[in-house]
Amino acid sequence: MRPGRGGRVGLHVTLLVGVAISLFPFYWTAVMATNTTQDIFRVPPKLVPGPELFENIGRLLSSIDFFGSMLNTVIVATSVTALVLFFDSIAAFAFAKFEFPGRNTLFALLMLAFMLPSQLALIPQFVIMVELGWVGTLNALIVPAAANAFGIFWMRQYIAGAVPDDLLAAARIDGCGFFRQYASIVLPVIRPGLAFLGITTFISTWNDYTWPLIVLVDPNNLTLQVALSQLKTAHDTDYSMIMAGTLLAVLPLALVFTLFARGFVRDAMAGALRG
Amino acid sequence: MATAPPKARTAAPAAPAPRKEGALRRFWPQYVAITPFFLLFAVFLLGPILFSLYLSFQKWDGLGDMEFVGLRNYAYLVEDGKFWLALRNTVLIWIFSTVPTLFLALVVANLLHSAVRFSSFYRIAYFVPSVTSIVAIAIFFGSVFSTQAGLANAILGALGAAPVPWLVDEWTIKFVIATVICWQWVGYNALIYLAGLQAIPAELYEAARIDGAGPVQTFFRITIPQLRPIILFTVVISTITGMQTFTEPQVIFSSNVANAANSGGPGNAGLTAVLYFYNQAFTNSDYGYGAAIAWAVFLVILVFTVINWRLVSRRDRAGAR
Repeated sequence: MRPGRGGRVGLHVTLLVGVAISLFPFYWTAVMATNTTQDIFRVPPKLVPGPELFENIGRLLSSIDFFGSMLNTVIVATSVTALVLFFDSIAAFAFAKFEFPGRNTLFALLMLAFMLPSQLALIPQFVIMVELGWVGTLNALIVPAAANAFGIFWMRQYIAGAVPDDLLAAARIDGCGFFRQYASIVLPVIRPGLAFLGITTFISTWNDYTWPLIVLVDPNNLTLQVALSQLKTAHDTDYSMIMAGTLLAVLPLALVFTLFARGFVRDAMAGALRG
Repeated sequence: MATAPPKARTAAPAAPAPRKEGALRRFWPQYVAITPFFLLFAVFLLGPILFSLYLSFQKWDGLGDMEFVGLRNYAYLVEDGKFWLALRNTVLIWIFSTVPTLFLALVVANLLHSAVRFSSFYRIAYFVPSVTSIVAIAIFFGSVFSTQAGLANAILGALGAAPVPWLVDEWTIKFVIATVICWQWVGYNALIYLAGLQAIPAELYEAARIDGAGPVQTFFRITIPQLRPIILFTVVISTITGMQTFTEPQVIFSSNVANAANSGGPGNAGLTAVLYFYNQAFTNSDYGYGAAIAWAVFLVILVFTVINWRLVSRRDRAGAR
């Protein structure tokens, strides 16, 4: 049933109200970040962006090592993404296309990793990091995240569908071993899948909070999310400065997301449904 | 399959290599390929989880010697009023957030399904909240609901109403946390439902129309039953994530006051179970008790998930009749 003309207008108006609610926090963050705290707290408050952004950023930079935290976050998110893409896709290739003994048992074990709640492991993980001397370092964030069950599960489905068996068989006849098949046949074919897994991993690593909060104990060596939350705790009343930090912390990710958004949203839903 | 089991070719019974060894020689690259994951899994997940079970029977601050205390951590847990308060808060926040989230998501999904134009714009706009940092969102809503001069009270003031102490009152605290969760996840769930809606065969709707079914009947007789597996999926995911709510109250109510650094706000009204776990384990360095709380929370999640699963799939069978 197609709605009539009036119905269509009403439909789009309703949907646009939803869009406005979804996007309002970004607008309002920008308003707060570009005005003084007094402007925000005035009654009635200022509703449009003001000229104070650089002033607020200046106070932000003298309160915390913002760019240091951002650099840490970039290092962690980039390393984790690169490692996950490699380790997950090559493991997924093994699971998708080869019937090695123990495959099903191992895959069931991998599914178990999905279901185990992470906070059960947090205390011993912290103890391990103490033993390794990694508390307060980025190693503690990168190494445990270098491969994950979700990525292998998702890539396995993707490779099973995207990589033709006869191509692999032909390569095998030509004497290509497992790694050569991965490099010359699988990798070129699964680029769209890698793009999706890469963006998901990058975004979730960028936004990760609980584990960094626990393990990054050195206030001079934090990721953005932890720095932001500590900024909020320490300067509870300087809203315009906190919002300037929030704005700067959210912007890079918003950029990455809008660049890749179209295909990404479709793939994300397909992935969610399959999972 | 190109990888027939070796026994198919064992023509010479004289020297049948042990099956495992042959497999290892033949499939070593595959085993190498999956090793990194299983190594990390063993060291950073499975091992720690087993160790945390062991820890839950110990008294340990992470520095001195462990002391075996049997079931005392669990006995203390059962008597610990704060733990039960945290559990109650978690369940209430979960209900206040999940019910409106999934309901609104269903509404939005149906609207999106009818909207042909601008569909990719809508999708992106509705998806954005779910990829935004929870810390940033929590800080944002914390300021909007700030009692002294947040936007919410400014609007109320403009309408002539008295300001509401959003982050002080027991119920409005839960309302604020639920609002944060709701804002973040409506669009995401709506897009999942939308994918489900698009998979419903058009013939079903056609047949319903011929039988003279109205839009409401069609919605309850066709749309909902067809979506049920997906609804089940979203309910389960929301249960698991909702019972682990941590970041929102931790960020909104974190403070410099040493003895209330992670208290979950006035009267502990925003203290969730995982936040309480974090407090005991990492603020008080009480690893043994922390581990016991983590296991208790895990059991609660398990029970809730099973209950929800059975509720939704039983209605499934009833709906199939």
